[in-house]
Amino acid sequence: MADRRQAKTFPGPARRSPHALSTLERQDEAFSVEASQALGGASWQKERRLSAVERYFAAPWPTPADEAWRYSRVDQLHLARFAPAAAATEQASMPPLPAAAHALIDRIGERAGFALTIDGRPHEIDLGEEQSRFGVRLGRASTQPGAEELIGQVKAGFRAPDATDATDELAEAFAGDAVVLTVPAGVALDRPLVIVNLLGVSHDSLEAGPAFFPRTFVSLGEDASATVVELFVSGEGAILTCPVTELDVAQAGRLSYTSVQQLGRRTWQLGHSWSRAGRDAHLKLFTASLGGEYARTRTDSRLEGQGGSAELLAAYLGDGDQVHDFRTLQEHDAPRTTSDLVFKGAVGGSARAVYTGLIRMCRGARGANAFQTNRNLVLSEGASAYSVPNLDIDENDVRCSHASAVGPIDPEQRFYLQSRGIPAEVAERLILLGFFEELLERAEPAVRDHVAATARSRLSSLTGEES
Amino acid sequence: MSVLRIEGLRAGIAGRELLKGVDLELQSGEIHAVMGPNGSGKSTLAHVVMGRPGYEVFGGSVTIDGAELLGRPVDERARAGLFLALQYPIEVPGVSVAEALREALAAAGRPAGQILEEMVAEAAGLGMAPELAGRAMNVDLSGGEKKRNETLQLAVLRPRFAILDELDSGLDVDALRQVARRVERARREQEPPLGVLAITHYRRLLHELTPDAVHVLSGGRIVRSGGPELATELEQTGYAGYRVEPEATAP
Repeated sequence: MADRRQAKTFPGPARRSPHALSTLERQDEAFSVEASQALGGASWQKERRLSAVERYFAAPWPTPADEAWRYSRVDQLHLARFAPAAAATEQASMPPLPAAAHALIDRIGERAGFALTIDGRPHEIDLGEEQSRFGVRLGRASTQPGAEELIGQVKAGFRAPDATDATDELAEAFAGDAVVLTVPAGVALDRPLVIVNLLGVSHDSLEAGPAFFPRTFVSLGEDASATVVELFVSGEGAILTCPVTELDVAQAGRLSYTSVQQLGRRTWQLGHSWSRAGRDAHLKLFTASLGGEYARTRTDSRLEGQGGSAELLAAYLGDGDQVHDFRTLQEHDAPRTTSDLVFKGAVGGSARAVYTGLIRMCRGARGANAFQTNRNLVLSEGASAYSVPNLDIDENDVRCSHASAVGPIDPEQRFYLQSRGIPAEVAERLILLGFFEELLERAEPAVRDHVAATARSRLSSLTGEES
Repeated sequence: MSVLRIEGLRAGIAGRELLKGVDLELQSGEIHAVMGPNGSGKSTLAHVVMGRPGYEVFGGSVTIDGAELLGRPVDERARAGLFLALQYPIEVPGVSVAEALREALAAAGRPAGQILEEMVAEAAGLGMAPELAGRAMNVDLSGGEKKRNETLQLAVLRPRFAILDELDSGLDVDALRQVARRVERARREQEPPLGVLAITHYRRLLHELTPDAVHVLSGGRIVRSGGPELATELEQTGYAGYRVEPEATAP
């Protein structure tokens, strides 16, 4: 596998394409003011949605000519096929839990709390008695005291002109009631908290379908610690989901947040996560992107307090015609902050992987370190991967490094294992799982097992040319 | 008893013929040394026999007990009884030695239940840390540790024939002795006894592993064969007499 390490700067202000579609051409009539206001919730939620709808109408829909959407399929998203899931579809009874959810929940075992959302709305929320006694809160934004002040504040910390675009306004304009977890100062959750999002799991029409807007907000007080594992599962029909996650880790807090994306093969995802870490805080953000037709995940991380650190990790598997599209931002706005990003994936069939990452070192981020690694295994002739690292540095006293690689299974590694008598296909399985090993070692144990098992079960479709 | 037979082997890289008709016969329990100057084709011989990608075969045959190896997948050659200890063992990130050996034994239809105990015992005999078994293959190992690791795999897999490509390079005197003793033990105790083709530039290995025959490879051909005394002679005279003209192009 070719490995290139560069220290070049890629200046690239986001460009608005002059050819962006007008609102009319978008054919997004279903995404109307009326539909937005019909979503209900607290009055502040309705107000925020209303102003976001206006911004959404005013903002041009992005195109692959925009820096943040290069190699994406954003121009192929037919909004006309989708309509926001109406409040009336809220289900009284829970649909059967899909196998992927069962498998992950079983692997996690004992947990500190559980939240289930159905079609982008909190449905069941269950927090252990002990956790409640210590002041931990797990609830709905519409009814949780103080949620109005929390929701949106992490996102608001990102002030670059290209921090948001029309897709973010769309997500805001139709935002569901968020699942909100707050852990007070000094409290440590010793077991994972699990959030399961079921999105149109029984929807199977390929022609048209619902759009979902699940939201999650996690806030850790000073010196608090928690582990959160969130799962996204959807039906096999045409579905659009725009999940938004905000993670806020106060001074000396420690948060491990994992998102496991196992969406249906005709689901489009436009996901955006925002995180900030305070002084000496540590955030570990692990993304497992396994499903979906087009799965975009934008991960924006800010280190605001000195000594704060973030591990940004992702594993992705693409086969058939899947596209996994990652955009990352590591923003350092305080001295001696450290970010370590490792995104690794394998694509087979005619699948595509896209990675574009930006390290931004603000003035004053003295002694900051940022690492960025993206590696792709391309397992078939028809598959492809693009990897574009970028740097934006306003401070001299910093260290940045990035490495990116795109290539097939190393024939030398395969030869070596074969020379020990291991058949070629077994050697490829070992090498593929080995490729993810250094990354999965850093994941929560249950997630590690879950992703490894998924990779194992999809091996033939990953390494074969057929979709 | 088995026999590894190389006949009229012609092979090379990118159309360039590096082996121009090599003949060699090795019986179970024998140790043959292949010596020669740099660029004589020694490593090419090892790699072509094992089937490393990137090499082309222009003619000839390589058989174990009459069964042709050329043209067969690398893992089939291994299961036919061939082992290659590489001069530069390859790193395979995330794949442990134990995992690889377990799969290798499974493919050969052999039980792998005692693999860890066996590896720990072999590691001790080779002066290796036992935890190497759980470590990723050759990753972050020193040159010497990689050579011990190759020998450990040889010991566990028990091939009929082992090609040792510059096994001595990177090993200090003590390590060389430990490795050589383990190979010698496989020759004495294994059934059928291990046959060894030791490819080496220097005679160091042959002090520890006494060859039954020594072949001098030069310009892609075996130009001289003899007993152990030939190695002694080479140590005194060097390869000066064996230099050949620059490589001709392939057919």
